[in-house]
Amino acid sequence: MDSLSRKRERGEGHALIMKRILQLAFFLLVVRPVLLIILGVNVRGRENLPQKGPAVLVANHNSHLDTLTLMALFPLKDLHRLRPAAAADYFLANKWLKWFAFNIINIIPLARGGVRKNPLADLEAALDRDEILILFPEGSRGEPEQRADFKRGVAYLAKARPDAPIYPVFMHGLGKALPRGSLILVPFNCDVIAGAPIRWSGDPQRFMGELELKMTELAEQGHFQPWE
Amino acid sequence: MPIPDALPDNVFYAIGVIYALLIAASIAVLVMKRRAPGAATEELSQRVKSWWFMITIFSIAIVTNRIVSTLFLALVAFLAFKEYLSLIPTRRVDRLILLFAYWTIPIQFTFAHMDSYGLFLTFIPVWMFLFIPMAMTLAGKTEGFLRAVGTISWGLMITVFSLSHTAMLLAADEAVAGPAGGAGLLLFLVALTQFNDVAQFTWGKLFGKNKIVPKVSPKKTWEGFLGGLGSTIVGAAIAGPFLTPMPFYIAAVAGAIIAIAGFLGDITISAFKRDLGVKDSGGLIPGHGGILDRVDSLTYAAPVFYHAMHFFVFSGRI
Repeated sequence: MDSLSRKRERGEGHALIMKRILQLAFFLLVVRPVLLIILGVNVRGRENLPQKGPAVLVANHNSHLDTLTLMALFPLKDLHRLRPAAAADYFLANKWLKWFAFNIINIIPLARGGVRKNPLADLEAALDRDEILILFPEGSRGEPEQRADFKRGVAYLAKARPDAPIYPVFMHGLGKALPRGSLILVPFNCDVIAGAPIRWSGDPQRFMGELELKMTELAEQGHFQPWE
Repeated sequence: MPIPDALPDNVFYAIGVIYALLIAASIAVLVMKRRAPGAATEELSQRVKSWWFMITIFSIAIVTNRIVSTLFLALVAFLAFKEYLSLIPTRRVDRLILLFAYWTIPIQFTFAHMDSYGLFLTFIPVWMFLFIPMAMTLAGKTEGFLRAVGTISWGLMITVFSLSHTAMLLAADEAVAGPAGGAGLLLFLVALTQFNDVAQFTWGKLFGKNKIVPKVSPKKTWEGFLGGLGSTIVGAAIAGPFLTPMPFYIAAVAGAIIAIAGFLGDITISAFKRDLGVKDSGGLIPGHGGILDRVDSLTYAAPVFYHAMHFFVFSGRI
């Protein structure tokens, strides 16, 4: 190995450490205090969350805060193993957002509209590295506090990596605090209800049915009031 | 050289007594856990553990200085109001009004800190009472208007306005507040309200039989209520002369007022939770539930105790 590539490798190592420090600092100094005081997270079924990867968290999507809240449920030492999948067209549209998405949130960008041969290749590779994926199969945040049908990509991912358990997580309240289209944060407690994991059952339709049923069961545990 | 803002020694002695009771309770629970291990004692032990945290945070807040104490009380009101708003059905159109309603907390507690009785008393019950429906009217959505006005106004009153009376006690003039100052009055109210909760629970567990309001709160019994009332009267008669300007027999009456108001606050919040189909108002305090579950008695005890003191003991001088 020549000295130039060694230098470059060392440089990348430093960049990686820098990235981790920035991510840790952001979660420790911003996300956790905000979640503790201004918002407030009631977690049910915390014992159901995965201790290690490969694993896939599947949640309904109400707000930008969903990802940060789910990530904050894990110990800081596991932070860099969490990989939220995010829409490339949205998060890579602007320079600052792109930097934030890659360095602080550590996203895996997903192309919407299917141009690649295997759109799930990056997610599969992450699972092969024992990372924990965070997916929002509703596809977008949509109408806050209203569930939309899950897209079937998650079933194909489960089929491709049957060893990775799928963890259904129901979230409520963050759509009230920061819904789509609003920049003003209004304090609301939010609820995170984690269910026991499910595995690939051999048939995409049956798998999706099972997942939707689990999500409905979790949602019904909450006695949540309507928000219209 | 005297420290200008130093708290009277009695406050520290009282905190010492509270910790002594806490240690006694911890030992009792430890013994119970040995004798009868199980889910019930496990929950009890979790509760006592949370008491250690709550009493420590409260003690630090109360002994640091008055600004820190008031900020802490404002934080409790904020958490209670947030828990309330998170449980009730709300309308998207009211988001900014809710944000505004949160801002009444620093304003209300500033009025209390300034000991400004008139502003303190009118800001929420008069001005916010008029302002919130007006803002909703101007927002233009009439669907669910009455429910939104009713729930937000009641929530603001029962959490922010009620609990802000604690800060008003703290602001009591040193000259009339008694041997332990405003902090002593606050400690008297809060410690006895919580003591009454625990006493009611314990008496109810031991002898509870005849239910008071079975449809609202099936665990509340006459035996528990009267046992709590008696215990709180005795506790108040002992603590009163040290923490307040009241002689023991008037302090005993104050203790009865705290016990009765506390009980009523407790079941009122229970009725609210039952209507929404939830058991606990939140999950902030392990073993207890949410913050509203902990300050439910105080939402009635604080204003009733404050105004009773204001008229009968201080004749308007606090």
